[in-house]
Amino acid sequence: MNEPVRRPRAVFDWSAAVIMILSLGSAGWVLVRDGSDRFLAILTDDLSLFGIMLPKVLAGCLIGAFVTLLLPRETVARWVGSDSGFPGLLLATLAGAILPGGPFTIYPVAGAFLAVGADAGAACAFVISWTLLGYTRAIVWELPFFGADFVMWRVIFSIPLPILAGLLARFAWRFVRERSA
Amino acid sequence: MSLVIDIALWAIAMGLGLLLLVRSRPLFRQSLRFGAHDFLALLPRIALGMIGSGFIAEMLPAQLIPASLGPETGTLGLAFATVLGALTPGGPVVGFALATAALKSGAGVPHVIAYSIAWALFALPRVLIYEIPSMPSRVVWLRVAVSLPLPFLAAWMAMLVGKP
Repeated sequence: MNEPVRRPRAVFDWSAAVIMILSLGSAGWVLVRDGSDRFLAILTDDLSLFGIMLPKVLAGCLIGAFVTLLLPRETVARWVGSDSGFPGLLLATLAGAILPGGPFTIYPVAGAFLAVGADAGAACAFVISWTLLGYTRAIVWELPFFGADFVMWRVIFSIPLPILAGLLARFAWRFVRERSA
Repeated sequence: MSLVIDIALWAIAMGLGLLLLVRSRPLFRQSLRFGAHDFLALLPRIALGMIGSGFIAEMLPAQLIPASLGPETGTLGLAFATVLGALTPGGPVVGFALATAALKSGAGVPHVIAYSIAWALFALPRVLIYEIPSMPSRVVWLRVAVSLPLPFLAAWMAMLVGKP
């Protein structure tokens, strides 16, 4: 088991500031334009949704932290070795979906894939799978905003995409190699 | 539905936690701390975004979103949503708050799917700050190129199935 690489996450940065200014501005405008009844209706609506989502977000954070320690990155990189073939693409997709962590941890793993001899297709499938199927992102970020139904279908529609893109990348990579050789 | 997800998530969390606890007590404690810290760091952003999205949706001109991203806008609207997703600056809170606001004010669901997938795949700050330094740039551009059709594919699947 290895020590996880942690990205220090600032509690407040400029992107949070942008959304705060937008939110406060809109809230003030709604209060002035539509009166306090409408304002309170929107506020209680959004607050109750936020309350429902809190336990899910906490569970998502814990699952991410546990898996980071249970599933070392080196092990995953070894899975998608040199002569991976189509199973390699499937494995890379699966690894991208279950490996938690932010961009700080994922891209180095993709780099490690390439270093241990995985092809560009597997690396692409892995990165795309992490961005589209990664459950920690879906639970922690998408679920609170969009709700379970939306996220579930979005993920279902996304399942074939990393494999498709991986095949396409492999094909393109070979084509370019042959042309330049 | 919400309760089922809660139960499933907490069952997974407890199972994994137990597995880790059996292997190493100090590592378990450490990861508990990491998880809790992540949660606390995320809270203010998610709160801001979720509460803000309701007000932002209320603010948007009534015809703007349906006209540019509504269900009737078809593939052109999907392309617009994809470009918007790639250009959205900042972390997930900005993208998701705006997408939720758009959904509340009449954007087509497939369009929001395209937007959120495009944001996940192409958000330039992430590509430039994290991806380029970690992988050979030829692989990164290949990755971006083969990802181009993906927002459309997902949105078309959504249109075909008629869900969510």
